[in-house]
This record gives sequence, C-alpha cells and structure tokens, in this order.
Amino acid sequence: MSQRAPLLDAFLSALVALGLFAPMVGLQTTVGVHGIVLVPRPFAVAALVGAVFVLRLLVRLWQARRPPEHAGVGRIGRAFAGLGPYLVPALLAAALLMPWFANRATIDLGVLVLTYVMLGWGLNIVVGLAGLLDLGYVAFYAVGAYSYALIAENTGLGFWSCLPAAGALAALWGITLGFPVLRLRGDYLAIVTLAFGEIIRVVLLNWVSLTGGPNGISGIPRPTLFGLRFTMSDEPGTFAGFFHLAPSPMQRQIFLYYIILVLALLTNWVTLRLRRQPLGRVWEALREDEIACRSLGINITTTKLTAFAVGACFGGFAGAFFATRQGFISPESFTFMESATVLAIVVLGGMGSQLGVVLAALVMIGGPEMFRPLADYRMLIFGLALVVMMVLRPRGLVTERRPSVTLRRNAGAIPAAMIAEGRG
Amino acid sequence: MAGQNLPELLEVRDLGLRFGGIVALAGVSFTARRGEITAIIGPNGAGKTTAFNCITGFYRPSAGDLDLTHSDGQRFALARMPGHLIARRAGVARTFQNIRLFAGMTVLENLLVAQHVPLMAATGLGVLAILGLGRYRAAERRAIDKAKAWLERIDLLARADDPAGALPYGAQRRLEIARAMCIDPVLLCLDEPAAGLNPSETAELGALLLRIREENCSVLLIEHDMDVVMRISDHIIVLDRGRKISDGTPAEIRADPHVIAAYLGEDDENADDVAHEALP
Repeated sequence: MSQRAPLLDAFLSALVALGLFAPMVGLQTTVGVHGIVLVPRPFAVAALVGAVFVLRLLVRLWQARRPPEHAGVGRIGRAFAGLGPYLVPALLAAALLMPWFANRATIDLGVLVLTYVMLGWGLNIVVGLAGLLDLGYVAFYAVGAYSYALIAENTGLGFWSCLPAAGALAALWGITLGFPVLRLRGDYLAIVTLAFGEIIRVVLLNWVSLTGGPNGISGIPRPTLFGLRFTMSDEPGTFAGFFHLAPSPMQRQIFLYYIILVLALLTNWVTLRLRRQPLGRVWEALREDEIACRSLGINITTTKLTAFAVGACFGGFAGAFFATRQGFISPESFTFMESATVLAIVVLGGMGSQLGVVLAALVMIGGPEMFRPLADYRMLIFGLALVVMMVLRPRGLVTERRPSVTLRRNAGAIPAAMIAEGRG
Repeated sequence: MAGQNLPELLEVRDLGLRFGGIVALAGVSFTARRGEITAIIGPNGAGKTTAFNCITGFYRPSAGDLDLTHSDGQRFALARMPGHLIARRAGVARTFQNIRLFAGMTVLENLLVAQHVPLMAATGLGVLAILGLGRYRAAERRAIDKAKAWLERIDLLARADDPAGALPYGAQRRLEIARAMCIDPVLLCLDEPAAGLNPSETAELGALLLRIREENCSVLLIEHDMDVVMRISDHIIVLDRGRKISDGTPAEIRADPHVIAAYLGEDDENADDVAHEALP
C-alpha cells in the first residue's frame, strides 16, 4: 500500500486514468463523408477522470479510518461465521430438494454447477491442501471422459462399471505427471502442468484412429439405475416402464443431477476424512514447509504423488460423468479455459476450503447463467468483481482453516495470515 | 555397559564438501558419543550448519564417511542414504536455525505430523482409515497422548489448539525441539536453539536438553551462546573456515589458544605465540 498523502495519491490515479481514457474514450470514431473521422469527447474523459479521483480519495480516506487488519471485512467474516453452522445444512438441503421444484433449465444449471463443484473439490486437494499449483487439471477430466467413452465403446460396459476404471486411469496419469514435476516449484510447476494439459488435448485431437480426433466420440451410453434405462418409451427395462410412470426427459435429468450430487459429495467426504488423517495432514504440512517435512522422515515424493493421484482420480470421475451426460465428447471441451475456471473456483473460494469451493462455483458458474440479460457487461462485472475481491478478500471467500484435530472442543479456526499458500 | 565394543554413535571421517570452487568443509573428523551432548562451535561461516546439513541429509558430502551406529549394533552410512530415511530409519532429528514450524497448523498438529510414519502405517494405505476401519483410532490416540506428554514438558499444553505461528518466539523454539523428539530420534541435531532467547528461556532450554540427554537421546548442538555451550556440553568441536581446529571437553576448549585466536580473529602465527606463552 502506498504511503503517499491521499490527495496526491488520488491525483496520480487520476493522471493514470487520463492516460488510459484519453485515447480510448476521448476519441470516438464515426463514419463521416470522407471516411472515418475522430470526434473528441473531452467531457466524457473529464467525467471519468473526475470519478477516478473522487473514488480513489474515498478509498484512501476509508482505509485511513479503519484499523489495519481489515476490521470491516472482519465484521463480514464474523457474520458469516455466525451463519456457518446453518449454511452447510441449508446448502445441502437445497441441493437435495432442488430437482423437485425446479424446471429443466435450472436442473441443467445445477448439474453444471455441481460438476464444477466436484472438479473444484478435486483440485482443492492438489492446490488447496498440498499447495501444488496445477494449471492442467483439465487433463485428468479429459482422461476420465475419454477412458469412459472408449471403454464403453469397445467393451459395451455401462457407466457404473467403467467409472472406477476412468478414475483409476486418471489417477495413473496423475502419477505420470507427478513424477517429472516433483522437483519443480511455483511458476515452473505451473508451466509444466499447463503444458501437460495441452499435451493431452493435442494428443486427443491428433490420435484420430483411437479418439476420432476433432470429430470426437458420440453415442456414449447413458447411465442406468440398477439396469433401468431412461428412454422416451415405457417398455420393460426402462425406468418409466418399471415404475409405471409416463416417460419424460425430466426423469433422466433428475437422475443425472443426483449422480453428480452423489459423486461430488463422495469427493467431499473422502477429502474431509483424509484431512483428519495422516495423509491429509501431511499434505498440509507439505504446503506449510517441505524442508521441515523431510527432516521428520516424511517421503516428499510419495506424498506429492498421492496428492496428484487422488486429485486426478476425482477429476477422472467428473470426466466420466461429463461424457455420460453429454453423450458426446470432443477435445474442444477440454481446453485450458476449463483448467483456469476450476482453478479460479478454488482460489476464489479460498484455498483448502470445501465450503468456499461451493460458494465460488455458484458465483462463477451459476452467476453468468442467472444474469444472462447482463451478458454484454459480463466481462466488465467480472473485472470489477476481481478488483473488489483483491481489495476486500485477497485470499478467497472462506479463508480460515479448521484444525484437523483438537484437544479442546471449542478450539477456534486458524486465520489466513498464518497459513502458507505453498510454493508449488 | 553392553556397548563397550560398539563404535561411537556418530563417526564423521574426513568430511568434505565443496560448492564449485568454494571449500565449505575439508577433512573434518569427529565423533559424537552415545548419551552425550556434543557441541559444534566456531565463528560465522565456519561450516557448522554445512556439517549439520551433511549429517541430516540435506547436503550430500563430496568426500568422507558419516557412520551412525544404534545401540543394537545396526549401522547406517548417512552419506549414502536418501534424506528422509536418515530421519526415519537412522533416527536423526533436527531443528533449523530459522525456525521451520508448520505455522498454519496447530501446535498439536505439528507434533502429529512428526509421528506421520507410524500413524500412516496404521491407516492401511489410507483406505481402511477413510472407512473408519482398522487400528487407526488406537494409533491416533497413542500419538495424541505422546504429543500431550511433550506439550506438558515444554509447557505448551494450554496452547495445543493454537496455530504454531501465533506462539511467541521462545515457545516456537521449544515446540520445534519437541516436534523433532516426536520421531523418537537417537541423535537430536539442534541448529542454534538458543538464538533469540532471553536468559531465563536459555536456562530452561539448557535444562530441557540435559533431560533429553538423560533419556538416551544424544544431542548434537550448534550454538553461539558460550554460556550454554560450556555449561551443558560434554564435548566440544571447534570449526573454523571449514576445518576442525580443536576438539575436547569444555575446559580444554576454553584454554585452547587456537580457539581464542579464531574467535578474536588473530592469525595462526600469533596463535602459536599465544600457545607458547601459555606453556609454562
């Protein structure tokens, strides 16, 4: 934070704004008689620069008034903490009951959000707990999706039989990626994982004989409920036929929704259990201090590999679900943008926080869908939200860490300032 | 004693380490005996921490041998072991000059991470423990009891659920020692444990180290606080510019003119003069 006087600071900010806005806003291009003419707009620039000056001044004065450790934010945080015990059951109840009340579009959106919640929870193991920055998480999502699609296509097995295989193959690839990057940290790790994500996508794109290349794989079998298929007829062997219901596409949507809900909750449950056990605890210790871990006889290699493998395994499950939901996959679904979105969910939620991932996925995935009418301003709002987050909650929505084991019952949470973010 | 014909606990022979053209250690040999506190002293840059890093596996020496012998006769060539196995199998624990606690984890969690190896063995590759099966619960209870016992000894039981990073400096030093002791070491290596402590904390530290020695854990100590070193050490090794210049009991070291010369920055010629003057 700058130590300059508020007035001078506001003046400098206004100067920067002038430099930015003068060409971008100050000169409007209009089509005239002899081609394009530049129409100057001095008043618009003046208004914007003035707004920046006033806002910056207000921010500085506000900062000067509050105590250094974010008292205002602390109040919001405490209000959240008071809600804490009710927030999780409320979210869970809402998630469980939603399909009974919602329309088809909302259920579709719910499936999408839950897929990202699951991916976020999976990546949270690698990034949030073990502190290894992974920019190529989409690779495991792709491996899971293609594993399921290819196994199902070639063996005729169904979703539930292929799911463990998809997870296992993704975990195997997690370990394969883990080995070469064990010695890398921070930026270097991020770059190599980024490259790994791209390699998987490019291989899928070019290995036409196996993956169908850019055409992808279609006709992927849909999931069944204990052998009952979801179709548009009520013949025997279908869900509608067995329960004597009128066949409806909603049934399959609701079924898919519950599958992803169960898979996501499984991810959450395993992560929460692992956190309270030696493996999860040592992941967090690794994030805090790798050298100290080594001095305590902990094998850093296997610890990192398990984090990659477990995280990748859940990515693989999510990928298999994605394949069975879409019925069609192609490399286009597994671009870097997906990795970035999932990582943004983890970081926005607050690294290591399970609840944070849910809130962040709702905001990141649900938000743009719910505010479709504002689509033109999406990037503007996104940028604004980024700045607001950086100022108010730079470490994410839920930043506290709950101890994995305590002696006293009412032990408090650990504030974010103590917690290391991991150096990769 | 049964260990009469056993080699010493730690034998360092001709230890050498160079970083490119810089010789950090050359031909350093010493022994650390079972049940003793051995101190390594020397001016800044003498190679003390480098020697420590070799012993604890953070550096691989370019020359020499490091042999550790347990009281049951098991031998370990530390110079050729992977870093984490030196702590796990050979039982060499260490602390760091700049404290390396898991600051964002609670005091209790810090001590449980130190017991990771036996705890992990009880989880059945992690799978059984997730399902709540197996003998993990009992193992965790034992680990917590052990951690509590240590917290009582270092007077931090009341702060067991606080983050380690929130402890005052002196308490962090004590916690780091307790964490190292939780791996049940045979040799505890402490890198400047008294740095930054006030006199009463230093006295407590000395008492703690003497108690640790009585419990059959030998101690290897780097320290600048000469009061502590002279009071609690059984044996002192003096390094200067990567070489050993003296070796003996505290009384011998105090009288050694080479040591005095090294600390006061006199050159060797003068040291020899001092040595001659010291002789009757």
